[in-house]
Amino acid sequence: MSVYNMNEVRNGTKVILDGDPGVVLENEYVKPGKGQAFNRVKIRNLKTGRVIERTFKSNDSIEGADVVEVETQYLYNDGTLWHFMAHDNYEQYIANEVEMGDAKQWLKEQANCVLTLWNGSPILVAPPIFVILKIAETDPGLRGDTSSGGSKTAKLETGAVIRVPLFLQEGELVKVDTRTGEYVSRAKE
Amino acid sequence: MTTRPWQPSASIDALHKRAKVLRTIRDFFTERGALEVETPLLSQATVTDPHIHSMQVQPSSYYLQTSPEYAMKRLLAAGSGPIFQITKAFRQDEVGRLHNPEFTLLEWYRPGYDHHALMDEMDALLQLILHCTTADRISYQAIFQHYLQLNPHTAALEELQQCASQQGIVVKANITQRDTWLQILLSHAIEPQLGQKQPLFLYDFPASQAALAKIRAGNPALASRFEVYYKGMELANGFHELQNAVEQRHRFAKDLAIRQQLQLAQPHCDENFLAALAQGLPDCAGVALGIDRLLMIATSAITLAETMSFDFTRA
Repeated sequence: MSVYNMNEVRNGTKVILDGDPGVVLENEYVKPGKGQAFNRVKIRNLKTGRVIERTFKSNDSIEGADVVEVETQYLYNDGTLWHFMAHDNYEQYIANEVEMGDAKQWLKEQANCVLTLWNGSPILVAPPIFVILKIAETDPGLRGDTSSGGSKTAKLETGAVIRVPLFLQEGELVKVDTRTGEYVSRAKE
Repeated sequence: MTTRPWQPSASIDALHKRAKVLRTIRDFFTERGALEVETPLLSQATVTDPHIHSMQVQPSSYYLQTSPEYAMKRLLAAGSGPIFQITKAFRQDEVGRLHNPEFTLLEWYRPGYDHHALMDEMDALLQLILHCTTADRISYQAIFQHYLQLNPHTAALEELQQCASQQGIVVKANITQRDTWLQILLSHAIEPQLGQKQPLFLYDFPASQAALAKIRAGNPALASRFEVYYKGMELANGFHELQNAVEQRHRFAKDLAIRQQLQLAQPHCDENFLAALAQGLPDCAGVALGIDRLLMIATSAITLAETMSFDFTRA
C-alpha cells in the first residue's frame, strides 16, 4: 500500500483516515519560526461526505487509499442489491443499500452512474446530475389553489418524492436535478 | 512538447514593488546609522534548533545558513556597532503557501537596545513600508488569556490538550510537550486572528521558548523575545540577545540532546560564535523579518510564490 509523506499530500490525494477512505481538500503547512512543523489537512470522508480537519506532524506520513472512479451503466436491482457495469471493460459491480445512499431513488435501468471504488468495491454511487422520470402518483391539483405555493408533491416511478407545479399530471415526464432533488422542467420522451 | 514552468511566479509589477521595498529598507537603516553587512551563506557550523533543518552542501560539508544570526553577532562582538543585512536563508523541507526553502530575511541588531526599544524601530519600519498605523503590543500571557482564557505559563498539559479539542483541533500524534501544545494553540487558534487591522507585537515568551533571547528571572521567568504578526501571519522574531557564552553553550547542548532523541542530524555547534560570545557581545537586541511575507502584505498576495521571481517549484 502506498504511503505519503505529509509534504507529498496534494489536493485530491486519496488517503485513509481513521479506517475510512477520504479525499484531501486542503493541506496547509504550519510552522512557527521556532517550533514543531505541522500540516493542517482537510479531508472529505468518501463514505459519509463529511469534511474533517486533522493536524499532523510534518515529518509523519499517511496511508494512501486505492480509490478510483469508474463510469458505469446501472443494470438492475435484484431485490436487495444494485448491479452496475463499467462502460470501458464491462466489469460488473454490486452495491448495497448503504453504498447506494440517495442515489437509489433516482435510478432507472440504463442510467449512467459514476461509482467510487475503494480497493475495487463501490463505496459511493453518483447518479446523473439530471434525470428524466415519469410521475407515478400525484393529486389532480386544482388550478387557483395557491395555498401550497403553487406546487404539490409527486411520487416518481423510481420512488422519489418531489415538489412539482400544479398543472402536472400522472404519467407526465419531469426533469429533476438530483443534487438538490428539485423539479427543473417538464420533459419529453 | 511539454510545457516548462519557465515563467516567473511573481508578476513584473510585484518585482518592481519588491525592488522598491528593498531600497526603502536600505535607506531607512542607512539614515539611522546602521551599517549594511554581508555574512557567509556557507558556514562550517549551523543552527542546533531541533525544528530547523539545515541543508548541507556536498562535497564541502558546509551548511547553507538558516539565518545570519551567528555571523552577525560575531561582527557585533568585533565592534561593528548597529548592523543590518538583507540575505537569503535556507531551510530544508519548509514548503507551503507561506514557506519557501530559500527565502529572504532582513536581520538587524542594535547595541544598547532591549526588545521593547527594537519593537519601536520595527514599528517605524512597518509604518513606512506598509503605510499601517502603530502596532498593538500584547504579552504572550495576555494573548492566551484573551483568546483562550488560559494562562500559558501555568496551564497543565491536560488543560492545553482540552483547550485544543474545544477549539476543534485534532492532532494525529502523541504530543507530550507543553511548549508544543502552546505552539499548536498559538498557530491554529490565535495566529489567524492576529493583526487584522494593524501589526501586533507579541512579547515576553515562556522561558522554555527563549531560543537565543535573554531570560529574566521571576515567577514566571520570561524570555525577552517578541514576534510580529500582521494579517494573521508571523512576520518577524526578535530577541533581547543572550550574551552569556556558558548559558548559550548549555542551550546548544540541550538542543542537541533533543535532536538525538528525535534521531535528527547532530551538527557541531558554532564554536566561532561561542568564542565571540566569550569575548563579549555588547548588550543588544536583534530581529529577523521575512521580506517575502512583508511583500505578500504590500502586494496583497495570497502565496509567498507571488512575491518571488521563481519559487521553489520553478527554481
